[in-house]
Amino acid sequence: MTRGQRRLSAVATTALVVVLSSAACGGSDAGDPSDTSSAAPAESGAAAQLSGEVKVDGSSTVAPLTQAASELFGEEQPQVRVPVGTSGTGGGFEKFCNGETDVSNASRAIEDDEKAACAAKSITFSELTVATDALTVVVPKENTWATCLTTDQLKKMWEPAAEGKVKTWKDVDAKFPAEELKLYGPGTDSGTFDYFTDAINGEEGASRKDYSPSENDNDIVTGVSGAKGGLGYFGFTYFEENADKLTAVQIDSGNGCVAPSVETAQNGTYAPLSRPLFIYPSTAAVKKPEVAAFLDYYVGNINAIATDAQFIPLNAEQEAKLKSDYEALKSAG
Amino acid sequence: MAVLSTPRSAVQLAGKGRPLREHLFRIALLSSLVIALGFLALLLIYVVQEGWPRISPTLWEAMPSIRRPETAGVQSGIVGTLWIIGLTALMALPTGVLAAIYLEEYADRTKWYNKIIELNISNLAAVPSIVYGILGLGIIARWLEFGFTVMTGAMTVSLLVLPIVIISAREAIRAVPPSIREGSLALGATQWQTIYRQVLPSAIPGIATGSILALSRAIGEAAPFLMLGAATLVRFNPEGVWSSFTVLPIQIYSFITQSREEFHVLASAAIVILLAILLLMNSIAIWLRNRYQKRW
Repeated sequence: MTRGQRRLSAVATTALVVVLSSAACGGSDAGDPSDTSSAAPAESGAAAQLSGEVKVDGSSTVAPLTQAASELFGEEQPQVRVPVGTSGTGGGFEKFCNGETDVSNASRAIEDDEKAACAAKSITFSELTVATDALTVVVPKENTWATCLTTDQLKKMWEPAAEGKVKTWKDVDAKFPAEELKLYGPGTDSGTFDYFTDAINGEEGASRKDYSPSENDNDIVTGVSGAKGGLGYFGFTYFEENADKLTAVQIDSGNGCVAPSVETAQNGTYAPLSRPLFIYPSTAAVKKPEVAAFLDYYVGNINAIATDAQFIPLNAEQEAKLKSDYEALKSAG
Repeated sequence: MAVLSTPRSAVQLAGKGRPLREHLFRIALLSSLVIALGFLALLLIYVVQEGWPRISPTLWEAMPSIRRPETAGVQSGIVGTLWIIGLTALMALPTGVLAAIYLEEYADRTKWYNKIIELNISNLAAVPSIVYGILGLGIIARWLEFGFTVMTGAMTVSLLVLPIVIISAREAIRAVPPSIREGSLALGATQWQTIYRQVLPSAIPGIATGSILALSRAIGEAAPFLMLGAATLVRFNPEGVWSSFTVLPIQIYSFITQSREEFHVLASAAIVILLAILLLMNSIAIWLRNRYQKRW
């Protein structure tokens, strides 16, 4: 081989790699074998075929619900693409108020500074409650003493003043054994953390810092189930999936012990840890036919989607409110 | 050289009293190697074992699904990753190689501005990838208004790998002996002819190896894409450079945080796919190097 030939073939090989990787992207519109059955009912098959993209971002807690809606909606309108991002509630609002997304998922209500950011870009929106979550406080199966905790006891464990002081269960309540208290919870970026600290410690973001934080709720499951004196909190779905390893603590906020469940979360008796989950569509986006079609589907089949995605569905009253809120949004502006 | 090439003769040459220490040193070296490779093997075995039930064509034929993880695949992630890598190669490789040629063949290294450029390139290679994510978000996605598209992702990753491409290309060019250049110039070739006909062809194996390794790094990146808002659930392949997209590392990350066990199996299977793509690219790099390497 002469040098020229060698050069050519080397360049050709490099080019081939590039071309191959690009070409592999082209022909792949194969059907999706996972979509053979449909759990939620599709109401109208007669709707005109739309196309376009509905951009959704925000809370990772709400994402599975919107993703399930996106998947089911895709069976009806395959040309409409609904990518769902998980930047977190705060990150989602930042993009939403910058006009970069159509719908924002949120596990807490929008805050004043976020409202101001939206107003600065003249983005108007509406708040829709799409499901309920019960923040579940869990202990391992070996824990026989903490079947019910009062909100004061939880505060004693989690408040900033507890840092370095409340180290065993006995420090929380003299009746409990002197087992080491090992706390696990979500990281400070999470909407779940915001909600829990607000509901239990009385101030959003105020928490002791010497606990094991994780953005991945599965780490909390592993941590709590592996430590006799462990305690952690996360959304109800993670508890349901791991009910064989963990016990959900009943919560007493002054009206007796209440266990987290679909019913107690729906009727609000599981206080103060049951919380609404939201989506925030922008008024401008709802004017687009593809976004309207997606939200029509989402709102119209909300409880079927919620059940399918293992969320706690809305009760009749909440569902009626969601539908009227959504109609109001569509007729607004 | 030939005498020293086997360990036994090295020990013999070391003289009396040394063998025990030599042995201990060799054991220390070997155990370091075993630790490094052992953990790698353990990781691979764990991931393959975990993901084994899901390693099937479904994995690249099906789209991700939040509702049916047991039959879901990661096609949009694989295709998204290939798009990003393809575009990154198109943007970063020519720019990087040309920059390296300038720095090696044209730049006067005694000039202060060239020194600053060199220092900056070395520093940029060590910048954490999340910083490039912030840059991409601020400049490319928002200021240039490219949005959260394949183009934004590829441009950001191009910036990320560019310093690595430049550094490896420079080393490849530097490895070409000056006598080749001098010979070419002495025979009347211009500087450009010398570079194009003599230096570059000799340096191409090194450049290709470095470039592929740089692109392999880009494949595994999740941090900049998290900043750029690559959506976690994307049930379509990108259709062009202005399309929304996702990449494999992001999908793996989102599967791992799901509550259902099936997602964790799916994540492991997706990791195997990611490793297979990486391994393929690294093998191409090794093959290129062995095939075209030239010794003077």
